[in-house]
Amino acid sequence: MHPAPSIIAFTTLSGLGFGMLVFLGLDVPAPRGWAAFWFFLVAYALAVGGLLSSTFHLGHPERALKAFTQWRSSWLSREAWFAVATLVIMGLYAVGLVFFDTRLRIFGILGGALGLATVFATSMIYTQMQTVPRWNHWSTPITFLAFAVTGGALLTGRVELARALLPLLMVLQIFAWIDQDRHEKADLTDIGTATGLGSRGRVRAFEAPHTGENYLTKEMVFRIGRKHASVLKVIALALGMLIPTFLLFLPFHHAFAIAAVLSHLAGVFVQRWLFFAEARHVVGFYYGR
Amino acid sequence: MTTLPQHTERSLGLVIDLDTCVGCHACVTACKGWNTENYGAALADKDAYGADPVGSFLNRVHSYEVQPETGPAQLFHMPKSCLHCADAPCVTVCPTGASYKRVEDGIVLVNESDCIGCGLCAWACPYGAREMDPEEQVMKKCTLCVDRIYNVNLPEEDRQPACVRTCPAGARHFGDLSDPESDVSRLVAERGGMELMPEQGTAPVNRYLPPRPRDAAPEFDVLAPYLEPVADDSKGFLRWLDRALEKITP
Repeated sequence: MHPAPSIIAFTTLSGLGFGMLVFLGLDVPAPRGWAAFWFFLVAYALAVGGLLSSTFHLGHPERALKAFTQWRSSWLSREAWFAVATLVIMGLYAVGLVFFDTRLRIFGILGGALGLATVFATSMIYTQMQTVPRWNHWSTPITFLAFAVTGGALLTGRVELARALLPLLMVLQIFAWIDQDRHEKADLTDIGTATGLGSRGRVRAFEAPHTGENYLTKEMVFRIGRKHASVLKVIALALGMLIPTFLLFLPFHHAFAIAAVLSHLAGVFVQRWLFFAEARHVVGFYYGR
Repeated sequence: MTTLPQHTERSLGLVIDLDTCVGCHACVTACKGWNTENYGAALADKDAYGADPVGSFLNRVHSYEVQPETGPAQLFHMPKSCLHCADAPCVTVCPTGASYKRVEDGIVLVNESDCIGCGLCAWACPYGAREMDPEEQVMKKCTLCVDRIYNVNLPEEDRQPACVRTCPAGARHFGDLSDPESDVSRLVAERGGMELMPEQGTAPVNRYLPPRPRDAAPEFDVLAPYLEPVADDSKGFLRWLDRALEKITP
């Protein structure tokens, strides 16, 4: 799949932002006053920034409000509702903490749960794609949620928890990649079922319908990612989990904490780039690649 | 509404004969022509005469070579457009309700004024039947020429999809596949019409008629045994000549 920068930025940033909101909503003691203000500012900047970025890949962003209409069937529509509900409810919760030194407990719990639901809905947009075996797998929602929670713990300064979650996330991601490879190989669709000619012999794409590229080959038959996948996986693990864990075990210093956050962010970007670039869409079989 | 109908009154679709298609791409041209001038946004081309042309098409013809266990390879041409699936995954993913499947005839359509151009439906389609228009930035797909098949202003023989009307080989057939008595249903029953990627669970309406088995003609050439070009075991004069020539050859 083509790794569109706007979508990678969206899933990475909004995942971290909603992960932060989960901790801000559910965890006690909640920050108050100015401390709360800065935490919520960062969380909202990430969540809203990510959501805005996702509208950049739309052909007609001016019609984006229509995306709220099909929540009965569409995960994208559900995600839109969950995201707005989280932002509104956590906004009220934040106002209580920042300006009135009051913790509106029910808003926090509800907002935190909705934050998780938002990340889950995002992940289901990809998980539901039977056409992309690597996404149509248990690991998609689990890793999306795990990245959001780990990033949330890291960004809200829960050092003890982040020290435990980062290595766990690394193990989970390695296992997910291995099982995705197995799942993709085991997929039943191939050029034989795509053409219906598989029972007659070895099928080879002889001539493409056109000499150049088209929307399908640009959007769904992206191959550079598969070529460099293993190197990029090591980079993602090192930046995303190993280096931040190491930095968190050093004597506490704000510079180390910021470095850990930035390194984690860069690692998640690489992981998300791979999530798209490495994923193979079955339409590629029609083009013999 | 992007939920799928439980049942459609008819299931209009195409039956494409892989045994007959000659790969001339006339259906591609007819499709592009009709659908550029009629329903919805025109099918745009970008850099049409330049080095990197790209454009939206609703129908494309692929060619495949099949190498059987024994015997020569065979070449097949496979036109591919929307298969108007009964369980169309492109419809349910649509967040705006722009994609829908019609109850009256099962045609899958896009309401272009509701399309936000997110591209999710193209991801959900295993067949590559949907393409984003490079100019209009809305999703384009085969409409089964919905503006031809019911068009009373056209002569009756023209009330079928442009690709079917134009096919010079008669490889394309149009009809109601939910009616077991229709011509297309009979063709499918007779020839063992197949679904593409049945394991994807999309329940496509369109069917492809598999190539008929090839005749196996016996070797028939009475002169061949007398025209052996090389004699490996020469005798007499030829043997002497062979050796003499070998000696003087450097």
